[in-house]
Amino acid sequence: MKRRSLIAGAATLPLVAVVRDRTARAATPLKIGLLEDVSGDLAIFGIPKLHGSQLAVDEINAGGGIMGRPIQLMHLDPQGDNARYQEFARRLLQREKVDVLIGGITSASREAIRPIVDRADAFYIYTNQYEGGVCDANMVSVGAVPEQQIATLVPYMVEKFGKRVYTVAADYNFGHLSAEWGRSVLKPLGAEVVGEEFIPLGVSQFAQTIQNIQKARPDWLYMLNVGAAQNSFFEQAAAAKLNLPMGSPIKIMLGFEHKLFPPPALANMYATANWFEELDTPEADAFKKRWHAKFPTETYINDMGYNAYVAVYMYKMLAERAKSTKKEELRKVIATGNAGIDAPEGHITIDPKSQHTSHRMRLLRVDEHHAVHVVKDFGVIEPYWLGQVGCDLTKSDPKEQYTPDHLPKKG
Amino acid sequence: MSGDLFSYVYQFADVFAFLVLSAAGLAIIFGMMGIINMAHGEFIMCGVYVTSATYHMGLPLVLAQACGTAAAGLVGVVLEYLVIRPLYARPLDSLLVTLGVSLIATQGTLVILGSTFPGIGTPLGSFDVGVYTFSTYRMVLFAAAIGVLGFVYVLFMRTGFGVQARATMQNAAMARALGVPTSRIYALSFGIGAALAGLCGALYAPTMNLIPTMGAGFIVEAFVTVVVGGASVLLGTAPAAAVLAIIRSGLNAWYGQVIGQIGLLIAVILIVRVLPSGFSGWLARRSAS
Repeated sequence: MKRRSLIAGAATLPLVAVVRDRTARAATPLKIGLLEDVSGDLAIFGIPKLHGSQLAVDEINAGGGIMGRPIQLMHLDPQGDNARYQEFARRLLQREKVDVLIGGITSASREAIRPIVDRADAFYIYTNQYEGGVCDANMVSVGAVPEQQIATLVPYMVEKFGKRVYTVAADYNFGHLSAEWGRSVLKPLGAEVVGEEFIPLGVSQFAQTIQNIQKARPDWLYMLNVGAAQNSFFEQAAAAKLNLPMGSPIKIMLGFEHKLFPPPALANMYATANWFEELDTPEADAFKKRWHAKFPTETYINDMGYNAYVAVYMYKMLAERAKSTKKEELRKVIATGNAGIDAPEGHITIDPKSQHTSHRMRLLRVDEHHAVHVVKDFGVIEPYWLGQVGCDLTKSDPKEQYTPDHLPKKG
Repeated sequence: MSGDLFSYVYQFADVFAFLVLSAAGLAIIFGMMGIINMAHGEFIMCGVYVTSATYHMGLPLVLAQACGTAAAGLVGVVLEYLVIRPLYARPLDSLLVTLGVSLIATQGTLVILGSTFPGIGTPLGSFDVGVYTFSTYRMVLFAAAIGVLGFVYVLFMRTGFGVQARATMQNAAMARALGVPTSRIYALSFGIGAALAGLCGALYAPTMNLIPTMGAGFIVEAFVTVVVGGASVLLGTAPAAAVLAIIRSGLNAWYGQVIGQIGLLIAVILIVRVLPSGFSGWLARRSAS
C-alpha cells in the first residue's frame, strides 16, 4: 500500500506535466506555461497553486477550451530555486513557445524572471499577493496589494485596539517593504511603532522577541513573519501567554496557520483577504465544492491557490475578448477598463494603469477555537497606489518596481 | 527589576537548551564517529513527526515523545547497517551519502505525508515574574538539556559500553583484536546519536510548525556547537553551548535576532581560529600540562 502511494505520488511530479483534453483534439492547443514550486521549502504553497491552475484548466477544457482551442498546461517545478526559475522561464518561452506564462511564489522569483519575460516581450501573470509596486506592461498581477490589504487592516486595528504597535517582520524584501507600508499608514493616524524587529528567515525560536514585546507594551502586533520556521512564533507566544491582538496581511488566508496549530495559538489574529476558505457566499461554496471533489486531501484552499485558479479565467476572458493571444491585443482589452470576471469572491477587474486587479476585501478575525469570522466587508477596492504615484502603463512602460521610498520621477 | 534579571537567565537557558539538544546526537555521530551527518536534521524531523502522529493517535505526550525518540534511534540503526558502515574512514563520502539521505527523507515525507502535519499545543502553561510571563515548558527543555548531558557523560564514561565505544572510536582494529564487537558498537553508537536527535525533535515538537524541511532549522546550530566543542563530546558540548548561548542571548536581547545570529557565527569563526581543536581540545591540553 505504501509503495503504491509512493509511486502514485512520484507520478504526479514529472518535470513537465501535460494536461490535454481529448474532446477538442482537432484545434491546436493553447499553451500555458506554469512555474510553481511543488517540492522544497515552498511546496506548502506551490501545491495548492498547481491545483488551482489544474482545476481551472480542466473546467475550461470541459467547456470547449479558449476560442475552441484546448488548453495545454505545461508545468515545471523550480523547487524554490531562482536560477531554475530563470532557466525554466527561458525554456517555456523560447523552446515551448507558450502563449502565456503564469506563476512564481516569492517576490525574488518574480523579479528573477521578469527581465526574461520583458526581453521575450511575453505576457506574464503573477498570482500572489505581494508588496506591490511593479509597473510593467508585460505583467498582470491578480493578487492583492498593500492598498487593498494594509491600508484597510492597519486603520481598523488602530481604531479598535490602540496606537501602540509592535512590528515583527521577516528580514528580507517583503518584510521590510511591508513594514515600511505599515509605518506610512500609521503615521497620519498618529500611531506609534513602539518596537520593530526583523527576524532572519529560518529562525524558529522567539523567547527573546516575546520578552521584547512584553517590555514595549504595545496595543497590538503587526505580524509580517514569513515561512514555517518563523510561524513557530505563534505557538511560543501563546505558551508564554502574550495574549495580544495581531494583524497581518499574510496570515490565515495564505498560510492557514489556524489549521496547522492547535487552538488557541492564532486567537485574535486579524487579516484582510480577497479569499479565504471560510468565505460562504453561494459562488464561493460552489467553487470550494468543485475544488474538494478534484483534490479531496487538500488541507485548505488558500488565497494563492484561489488566485492561480482566477488567473486562468482572467486570461480566458482577455483572449476571448481580444480574439487573440498577442500581448498588444490583450492589453487593448485591459485598456477598456472593464476587463473583469465574476470570480468566487465577486466581480474583479484589471486596472489599465497598473495592470493590477481590484478585489473584494474582507477583514477576518480568528477566535479562540480557530473559527474564522468576517468582521468587516470593505467592498471592492481598486489597486490605486501605482496610478496615484504616477505609473500609467497606457502611456509609458518603465518596467520598474516602485516603493513608498522609491517613486517614479515626476514629469 | 527581578523580572529583567530573571529574563536574562531564562533567555540564556532557552538558547542553551536549543544548542545542547540540537547538538547532542550530532556530537556522537560527527564528533565521536567522524560521520559528517547532513541528515541530522531529518533524524530530528523523524522524532517530531512520530511524536505528533502517536500523540494524535491518543498517547500521552511523554509516551509519544518516547516513541519519537525510539523511532529515530531505530531508523539510525537500520541506516547505519545499510549505508553508513562502509564510510567510517571516508568522511567526505559520508557527507555526500547523508546529504542524499536527507534529500530523500524530506522529499519522501512531502510526497507521502503532504506539505504540512498537525501540530501539538505547548503543555504546562505559563508563569509570571515581574511584568513578564514565561512558558513553563521551556524550563522543561532546559532540564532535559542538562539531563541529556548527564546521560551522555554517564553512558560513555561510567559504563562498560562507554569504554568499548571510546576504544572503538580511537582504534577500531586494536579494539577488535581485544574482543570488542566493533560493528555492534558502531551500530549502537549511531543509533544512540540518532535517538538523541529524535529526542530533540520530540521535545521541540509541541513548540513548532511541522513541515518536512523543518530539520534544516536545527542543523546550523548543531554543527556550530559540535565544531566549537571539539572532538570530545563529553568535555566539549556543554562549555561550547554555554559560551555560544551567552553570546547569542546577550546580542539577541540588546540588538535583536539578526545581530544575534551574525554574532553567533562570528564568535564561532574566532573560537575556531584561536582554539583549532575546540573547547575539548583546549581543556584536554590544559589538564595535560
